[in-house]
Amino acid sequence: MPYKGLPEVVTTRRRSFWESAYFVEICKGLAVTGRHLLRNLLHTGEMPTVQYPEQRRDYGPRFRGRHRLLQREDGSPRCVACMMCSTVCPADCIEIVAAEHADPAIEKYPASFTIDLLRCVYCGLCEEACPCDAIRMDTGIYEIAADNRQAFVVDKDFLLHNDKDGTL
Amino acid sequence: MVPLVLEAFAKIVFMFLLIMGFVPLLIWAERKGSAFIQDRTGPNRAAVLGIRLAGLVHPIADVLKLVFKEDVVPAQRHRFLYAFAPMLVMVVAMSTYAVIPFGDYLEIGGRRIPLVVADLKVGMLYILAIASLGTYGVALGGWASNSKYTFLGAMRSTASMISYEITMALSLLGLFMIFGTLQITQIVAGQGELIWGWLPRWGIVVQPVGFLLFIAAVYAETNRTPFDMTERDSEIVAGYHTEYSSLKFALFFMAEYAHMVVAAALIAALFFGGYQIPWLPRSLLEAHAGMLLTGSLAAGGGLSLVVAWLYFRRARRERGWYNDSREREPGFLGAVAALVGLGLLGSLTLAPWSVGAAGASIFVTVAQTGCFIAKVAFFAWLFIWVRWTVPSFRYDQVMRLGWQIMLPVGLLNLAATAVWLVIAHR
Repeated sequence: MPYKGLPEVVTTRRRSFWESAYFVEICKGLAVTGRHLLRNLLHTGEMPTVQYPEQRRDYGPRFRGRHRLLQREDGSPRCVACMMCSTVCPADCIEIVAAEHADPAIEKYPASFTIDLLRCVYCGLCEEACPCDAIRMDTGIYEIAADNRQAFVVDKDFLLHNDKDGTL
Repeated sequence: MVPLVLEAFAKIVFMFLLIMGFVPLLIWAERKGSAFIQDRTGPNRAAVLGIRLAGLVHPIADVLKLVFKEDVVPAQRHRFLYAFAPMLVMVVAMSTYAVIPFGDYLEIGGRRIPLVVADLKVGMLYILAIASLGTYGVALGGWASNSKYTFLGAMRSTASMISYEITMALSLLGLFMIFGTLQITQIVAGQGELIWGWLPRWGIVVQPVGFLLFIAAVYAETNRTPFDMTERDSEIVAGYHTEYSSLKFALFFMAEYAHMVVAAALIAALFFGGYQIPWLPRSLLEAHAGMLLTGSLAAGGGLSLVVAWLYFRRARRERGWYNDSREREPGFLGAVAALVGLGLLGSLTLAPWSVGAAGASIFVTVAQTGCFIAKVAFFAWLFIWVRWTVPSFRYDQVMRLGWQIMLPVGLLNLAATAVWLVIAHR
């Protein structure tokens, strides 16, 4: 007996006469479904269904949506092209080409910064890895759609000016 | 001769429109009703100029989609039977209506028009015969598709037809014995009487066991849950219409609902008094036609205005919800309801309280047909309600129920009815 406490033989309860005559039981069932029907007819607004394109659920502030690159005060990317994010990325979707920055106080800047949104697994490790808080996933955009694959590879300009629109 | 043909034609057209009007409504009720029963909202997206009518546009969209879809056919089919089967199913579903009365008679200009397409003396036998013919379409469709799932579906359909046809006939025999006729019009007319002065002599009152047997048999005949084994998708894909697509599938689909309307009409006509309005016999309706007509016009008009007011209130409340054409809907429906209400109230100026004999006859017909349609609608809805309540029987359970329970109960009911009749008429 490997599984203690479980019955060896499953026995079904014998149905009483009225139960096996079905009609009474069917009427009880009809009452149950009828109650649901009436409740939903009379209180249509209280149904749990979210009428999606018009209504949206509120996601928490920790929700990881599409990425954005943060800007310095002069509008240039805050990123210093340290490659931390592209190194930690498990999906290998971030590609950075570093270049020397004109300001000697800043070592490097990304000449190009592309993210392949189709490869991204939205794990958020790039946010965690970034030493200067340059990449965040707090846009809350989750409707990411396009009609060709190339459009999902987004570049630096796109990520710097990430508006609240899902279309690519 | 010519007016006779015209009359028959008009009645056929009316019945045809009644069924074909019911089918999309039932499809809508099935989808929306099942949704509400399961705490979902159901289809509400298809719209014409923003008017969604709570999803009523969806059946139209469904049919349009099916009409324009590619007709995929299996290569090894039986060419003629494959195309013939859906037509047969539809024709059979339609032709049952010929003997079901939707009112007793209409008297215009001295002509007495019986409100039934064909008042057969053997009407009940006709119904039983045509009902079993319905299985031919299913069986042929399943056979001609040359696929194992369709074949299994067809086989199950034949099995359930053979099992439940007997019970259906047995359950109706008691009714024939009590009313002493096979003519449907006579049976319905007989149900207009009252027992002990207050209880309508409906089929369900005189034959309660017969009613339970009949309703179960009819559910089996129409292949609806809990007897939906011919198209159970967890076992045999879609049953007999697995290989059908496009318009041929649409025919099967519509025929299923047309069968439901037939079954509902049969239940209403045989066991719930058909067109008879309880406690309001024809004589009473005709005598007080003017008063009743005025009352119903005023009540209908007032009700429409209340509905219109509710819609206008909703239109005001929902402004800014969608920011598109859908916001027009409540206002549009409110305007329609207001127009209907004003029309009904406006017709009061034509002095309906002093209506003539022909007008009284028309009023009685409209009232009785409306009562019949209401009963049919309720029993058609019951089909849907039961489907979304009850799990279906296994194949062997269906057979056991049919042969070992319903058949003996039907025979016992028949014997009991015979004994009761002998005692009562002695």
